[in-house]
Amino acid sequence: MSMVKKSPWVLHYDGSSCNGCDIEVLACLTPVYDAERFGIINTGDPMQADILLLTGGINSQNQAVVKQLYDQMPRPKVVVAIGVCACTGGVFKECYNIIGGADTTVPVDIYVPGCAARPQAIIDGIVQAIDLFQKRSDEHELLMKNKGKKADLKTKENNNSSDKGNEA
Amino acid sequence: MKAIICSLCYVIFAPLIGGLLDGLDRKISARMQGRVGPPLLQPFYDLNKLHNKQLIAVSKSQTFLMISYLLMMILTGALFYAGYDILMCFFVMSTASTFLYFAAIVTGSPYSTIGASRELIQMMAYEPAVLLACVGFYLCMGTFDVAKIINSVVSPIVYLPGFFIAFVFILTIKLRKSPFDISTSHHAHQELIKGLTTEFGAKNLALFQLTEWYEVTFLCGVVGLFIINSNPISIIGAIAVVFVVWFLEILIDNCSARVKFDLMLKISWIVTLLSAGVNLLILMINR
Ligand code: SF4
Repeated sequence: MSMVKKSPWVLHYDGSSCNGCDIEVLACLTPVYDAERFGIINTGDPMQADILLLTGGINSQNQAVVKQLYDQMPRPKVVVAIGVCACTGGVFKECYNIIGGADTTVPVDIYVPGCAARPQAIIDGIVQAIDLFQKRSDEHELLMKNKGKKADLKTKENNNSSDKGNEA
Repeated sequence: MKAIICSLCYVIFAPLIGGLLDGLDRKISARMQGRVGPPLLQPFYDLNKLHNKQLIAVSKSQTFLMISYLLMMILTGALFYAGYDILMCFFVMSTASTFLYFAAIVTGSPYSTIGASRELIQMMAYEPAVLLACVGFYLCMGTFDVAKIINSVVSPIVYLPGFFIAFVFILTIKLRKSPFDISTSHHAHQELIKGLTTEFGAKNLALFQLTEWYEVTFLCGVVGLFIINSNPISIIGAIAVVFVVWFLEILIDNCSARVKFDLMLKISWIVTLLSAGVNLLILMINR
């Protein structure tokens, strides 16, 4: 078991939000709240991110983008929906272009309600996400270990290693 | 024998020193911005986490290239701390950078490709100062060998103040700090996502960080080389100067904005020419 929870890197994506929640997310990084003291870094790169923060609802144009961002993040990963818009669609729910909350497109783990969600609530949501991230990481580690063992057995049993054992 | 022990020490302790310096950097930066900042050991936590993530790489050769980058950088530092030719060290370091360049462009991502070409421009910007520093050492000590340079009677900086200024100046580029962090930033956000490292995830990014730490320790050694002489007390002076330079870099990093590449090229060449070039002329005349 390794302590991955000390270094959660965050990717923030703004769906069709009114920008209220985004400003609050960025406020978390300011000296007042200073999310970096938990090791949180707001990175812009999905390949290096652990936690995906989604603000705003999903519309027909950004659905593919959100999906791709989620797919590009290496496992283990956690998704947090911030603000009522990302949770359910919020005030924009009835709009013709809105599909709904973030969970219509990617599996959301933690919902942070509020309009706009306050920085305290956002940090609380991320802290919960961090625990989940640690849990997932432990599971992932175990899975990889067992997979390695199985692969070893397989190669011992029949020496033709046709099984490539690609990415988990 | 001593040489082997020194380079072994480097291979073992350089990541520790580099990581601690990195942590100190983040802590001091945070304090300069009025924040609490992450714990001192944060870089090690990051490395540990990156090691445990799933590796997604567009091209399988990326890992191979990153490992080559790491090994070349270790070789650079090991040669340096073993007291070999300093010119050789910098050539090996350039080779290492080439591997990094290829690791970035092999993915084909527009962000990392632009980052990689900017890395080449950065190399163009700092190489003259680096090579001139080597020439300076040769002119005043009569040798390129690090082992002989540290045994000089007076510190090289007495003859080479201009070279020292130029080297410290380009150190900002080498350490990827503002205003010259154009290929990839030390900090999270920049206009190119993560520039050069955009496509490095999980273990590959961990390798990148580790290599950075080796590189930082090597560069600190070169800064110290300007100060060290045959008197053992000078080692303390060298360490003090390294810390002052490190603090200066953090200060510059925190109070300047990123510049465009052409401005970087102009400024760094002008500084190199003015300080190292003039110093070179004086050395040549007095020979
Ligand atoms: S929840 Fe409110 S503040 Fe946040 S994006 Fe939606 S409308 Fe804006």
